[in-house]
Amino acid sequence: MDFLRPTTWAEALAAKADRPEAVPIQGGTDVMVELNFDLHRPAALLDLNQVAELAEWTSEEDGRLRVGAGVPYVRLIAELGNRLPGLAQAARTVGSPQIRNRGTVGGNLGAASPAGDSHPPLLAGDAVIEVESAARGVRMIPAAEFYVGVKRSALEPDELIRAFRMSPATGPQYFSKVGTRNAMVIAVCSFAIALHPAERRVGTGIGSAAPTPRRALAAEEFLAAELDWDARLDPAVLARFGELAAEAASPIDDVRGTADYRRHAIGVMARRTLTWAWNEFRSGHFERRAG
Amino acid sequence: MPERVHEITLTVNGTVRRVAVPGRRLLSDCLRHDLGLTGTHVGCEHGVCGCCTVLLDGEPVRSCLTFAVTADGHEITTVEGLADGERMSPVQRAFAECHGLQCGFCTPGFLCTVTALLRENPAPTDEEVLEGISGNLCRCTGYQNIIKAVHRAAELTAEES
Amino acid sequence: MTRTGSGSATPVRAPRDIAAPGTGGVGDSPLRPDGTLKVKGEFAYSSDLWIDGMLWGATLRSPHPRAKIVSIDVSAALAHPGVSAVLTHEDVPGRKHFGLDHTWDQPVLAAGEVRHQGEPIALVAADHPETARRAMEKIRIEYEVLEPLTDARRAAFDPAYPQVQPRGNLARHQPVRVGDVEAAKARAEVVVSGEYRVGIQDQAFLGPESGLAVPAEDGGVDLYVATQWMHNDLKQIAPCLGLPEEKIRMTLSGVGGAFGGREDLSMQIHAAMLALHTGRPVKIVYNRYESFFGHVHRHPAEMRYEYGATKDGRILYADVEILLDGGAYTSATMNVVGNAASLGVGPYVIPNIKIDAYGVYTNNPPCGAMRGFGAVQACFAYESMMDKLAEACGLDPVTVRQVNAASQGSELATGQVIWAPLPMAEMLRQARELPMPPPLDASDIRNLPGGASQTTHGEGVRRGVGYGVGLKNICFSEGYDDYSTARVRLEVIGGEAVALVHTAAAEVGQGLVTLEAQIARTELGVERVVIHPADNQVGDAGSSSASRQSYMTGGAVMTACQAVREGVFALAAARLDRPLDTLGDLSLVGGKVVSESAGVLAAIEDVLGDAVIEETREYHHEPTTGMDPVTGRGDSHTQLALCVHRAVVDVDVELGLVKVVELAAVQDVGKILNRLSLEGQIHGGTAQGLGLAVMEEIVVSDGKVRNPSFTDYLIPTILDMPPMRLEILENADPRAPYGLRGAGEPPTLSSTPAIVAAIRDATGLALTRVPVRPEHITGSS
Repeated sequence: MDFLRPTTWAEALAAKADRPEAVPIQGGTDVMVELNFDLHRPAALLDLNQVAELAEWTSEEDGRLRVGAGVPYVRLIAELGNRLPGLAQAARTVGSPQIRNRGTVGGNLGAASPAGDSHPPLLAGDAVIEVESAARGVRMIPAAEFYVGVKRSALEPDELIRAFRMSPATGPQYFSKVGTRNAMVIAVCSFAIALHPAERRVGTGIGSAAPTPRRALAAEEFLAAELDWDARLDPAVLARFGELAAEAASPIDDVRGTADYRRHAIGVMARRTLTWAWNEFRSGHFERRAG
Repeated sequence: MPERVHEITLTVNGTVRRVAVPGRRLLSDCLRHDLGLTGTHVGCEHGVCGCCTVLLDGEPVRSCLTFAVTADGHEITTVEGLADGERMSPVQRAFAECHGLQCGFCTPGFLCTVTALLRENPAPTDEEVLEGISGNLCRCTGYQNIIKAVHRAAELTAEES
Repeated sequence: MTRTGSGSATPVRAPRDIAAPGTGGVGDSPLRPDGTLKVKGEFAYSSDLWIDGMLWGATLRSPHPRAKIVSIDVSAALAHPGVSAVLTHEDVPGRKHFGLDHTWDQPVLAAGEVRHQGEPIALVAADHPETARRAMEKIRIEYEVLEPLTDARRAAFDPAYPQVQPRGNLARHQPVRVGDVEAAKARAEVVVSGEYRVGIQDQAFLGPESGLAVPAEDGGVDLYVATQWMHNDLKQIAPCLGLPEEKIRMTLSGVGGAFGGREDLSMQIHAAMLALHTGRPVKIVYNRYESFFGHVHRHPAEMRYEYGATKDGRILYADVEILLDGGAYTSATMNVVGNAASLGVGPYVIPNIKIDAYGVYTNNPPCGAMRGFGAVQACFAYESMMDKLAEACGLDPVTVRQVNAASQGSELATGQVIWAPLPMAEMLRQARELPMPPPLDASDIRNLPGGASQTTHGEGVRRGVGYGVGLKNICFSEGYDDYSTARVRLEVIGGEAVALVHTAAAEVGQGLVTLEAQIARTELGVERVVIHPADNQVGDAGSSSASRQSYMTGGAVMTACQAVREGVFALAAARLDRPLDTLGDLSLVGGKVVSESAGVLAAIEDVLGDAVIEETREYHHEPTTGMDPVTGRGDSHTQLALCVHRAVVDVDVELGLVKVVELAAVQDVGKILNRLSLEGQIHGGTAQGLGLAVMEEIVVSDGKVRNPSFTDYLIPTILDMPPMRLEILENADPRAPYGLRGAGEPPTLSSTPAIVAAIRDATGLALTRVPVRPEHITGSS
């Protein structure tokens, strides 16, 4: 196994062009589990730890945040928690403190596991994934188009994930994740919601309940049509939203949970997160709870 | 086919160590086998149990999910480096004193995690203690005495600073 | 006590003598002798051993739960650069099978057929672990894959079910018969019944199996291993290696937890075979994945219970069937069945009883010893039944237990009279009267089910309270003489009397080494005690299981110390030139020989001078009997110990998530030898019971383990384990040393049913299976 260690982004892209089979690795918290258990034996690893650009985030002129693929969860929580609250809540549930010190959203995207905790808030918050290749330059892929199959993304073999771009929250955002213990647990299923009051729209993301992370599109469309933004939440609307969210899932039975339960739980989480977001929106201030 | 060997330099417990390792060598294996520091334990090799926790530039990380090569040029503290010479650190003494261990296999990981935790937050609340060490599994103690040990370590540190 | 001359090299970090810190005797809480080494990272676990020139062993295991092995071709593996040996069943030098309890039914390496996923087939030794793994992949095995036999019920009752192994499909059927159940059925005013299931729990000790075998010049081998019972290992290893026991020198290396999972052999024979074959030291270390296949688990159980009672809750009869799936080989199944049968209705007085406990062979994962074995499974069922009965009779759960509680003088289901105090009704009262934790504070999501994963802000959360009582047999039962041996030496070193304690008992984390030092101090009146590493250069100590080491090895150290003490007295009489019987009642206190009548006679150091007094003693518990094969009658248990738990839980009833808020335990330990250590045992045992209640299960389908990792086999984290409140009672067992009762297992029994009862209280659901999964609570399928 070759171990490639570029020190700049340009070098990294060149290395990936030269060795498209090389597996990129940042924090290592995902890729290395597979390596250690011999599930995967790549010919080469592309270590991106020394690529300083990846560990930075910036505010772009269009107001969006551009967060490098190498920014670890711990920094995302500390530095961007107020602007990307849904994502920060999800980051707080990733693995353990040690994993959050090393793990990154970029790595989560690279693995494209349906159970990755970052995906639902990226979907709900309309994130765009910035990928790049030496040959064709930059490509912007909306999160909703990024996940194409179980652990498969829209990334081409010669491309690397540079960053994700996402607008700071303009309304309440919540992330909710079912696991069967209180720490260090992979999602049985998860749900994210983001209110976009300016557009009178609600974004959603479902995790671990379909072959890929996905939006609950029918549920979003339903709210776009039915939600009265100047009133209390209509219980009938809430109930229907939960049903549509549950219907958007196409889960399986596995050791972590049953398909039936996942569908049920997505419905419950959808109703609860919408309620929380709505109450917060109506109260006029976005506050985040401890934890 | 001979594998490429990387010459790396690690500052381990304050001592500069040069070591030649293949790219795939885990930091945990490098510490245990190449440097003979077997205090860092390997309990699961997939980043869950926390036994292999070491401090990388002061931050607790899973050494089983870190390549030795990626630690090149960085500072590493292992359980063997927590004591100040012969004098054990407050965290070490507190764990021994409060019976915060039984089989002790998880202990080095807890000690490293708690050392970093108390450096950041010298007087953590119960909630902060729980959250801070939620990434380390212990199968023997039911954690009760570990919580006591963390608070005791905070006390000892405060008394001695 | 030096190592006898095997002529072999000693590994780096070999276990060595450890001085016990502090001055505490029995009843104090001195620190662990191994504590300093453990917090300094210097304690030598079996995985840390190193010796120059050593090879690394790897084990090729079957991917199939049941298959014929048509052929094995090792030639490509053997030709792999860096490989020193590839061995199969043909290379086993002696007996081809091993097994606990003289069953000898488990192949050292599979021959002709495999009976469970992960069964070892071949071994590789190479210069690097990675090389060994790569070479292993080159071993070509042709299998004829067969449909696995996984139906425990058919294995027990269907004569047409194919045979899993030569012993048949039924390892043991143990009935218990008391009174006349059929007649009692006619009289019952209330009848309750239930079917209960317990999933497969794993010991999940954190230090995976590992060890080092060093070939010796005498043709034997030195083994450095992490085990629970060295001498029993030896009895199996020696015949398989074709060596006399004296050519195998075993030293206990640091044990990273055990909980029953190291009672069976894992890598011991394999490493020794490779070492003897290559003439070089061989180390084997399993990773976590392999560890799930490298040891036996807790037996899954299927249990059918029916109780009849009077309207006021007095149980008239119990009709019970317990089915335990032991997997392909016997391991501890015989004893697990014995415990389940004899303790099948727990600490309750029931005049008419019919229990049938079965242990069967299948191609499911092999099961054997785990903390509380047999009794844990039954306890979940009988405690669930008590709650059911309470509900049917309109009683509260504490009262129904008190009404039927056993006490000193009453009989167990086996007819054995409970000879020691058993204040169960009082313990239940104490548990009920302990202060309750504060009500739910939903303002911080970390207090709620789901915690930081934010599944609720308080919606759907209901609180529940439940009780559980567990009765565990301590030490080995059914006529087994599980004695222990201790050698104690007293001499003056550096002007101070020092006691050296040497046993073969395995310190697995439970703190036995601390107790040994305390006992030596109390019995010999000295401060300095040194603990010699456990090895087989001293007699058998029995297993570190069945909560028995404080009792048995504690007893052995006590009696050896008492023999040494007699030697000191004799020496004192000689030094004083007076007949011993004229000195009055003597004792050793504070470093002095003290006469009750004449006060201090001399310092121990002065009495000893250059003399060395060394005594070795065996300690035996009172003999027990077997269980009658038809009626189950017998005085089968050495000791009984009781723990009562009260659990408080918050349940998100819509999502099925549980947060255990508090666990309170009332346990009778007879005598507190070391409070700190004891509390640690109760905490740890309780946590493992919590794991079984709400998260821990090896998921198996078609004989295959679906979650052999810590990613998907979940054990409690610190955020899952609530604060504990303990009430510890000291009602002495007059038969036991210092009156003590074994303490490690009882809390593992009672915490599981207490938690499930609390979840039932919160949800109103029946919940008949552990672990309780979210979908059981939400009613999703």
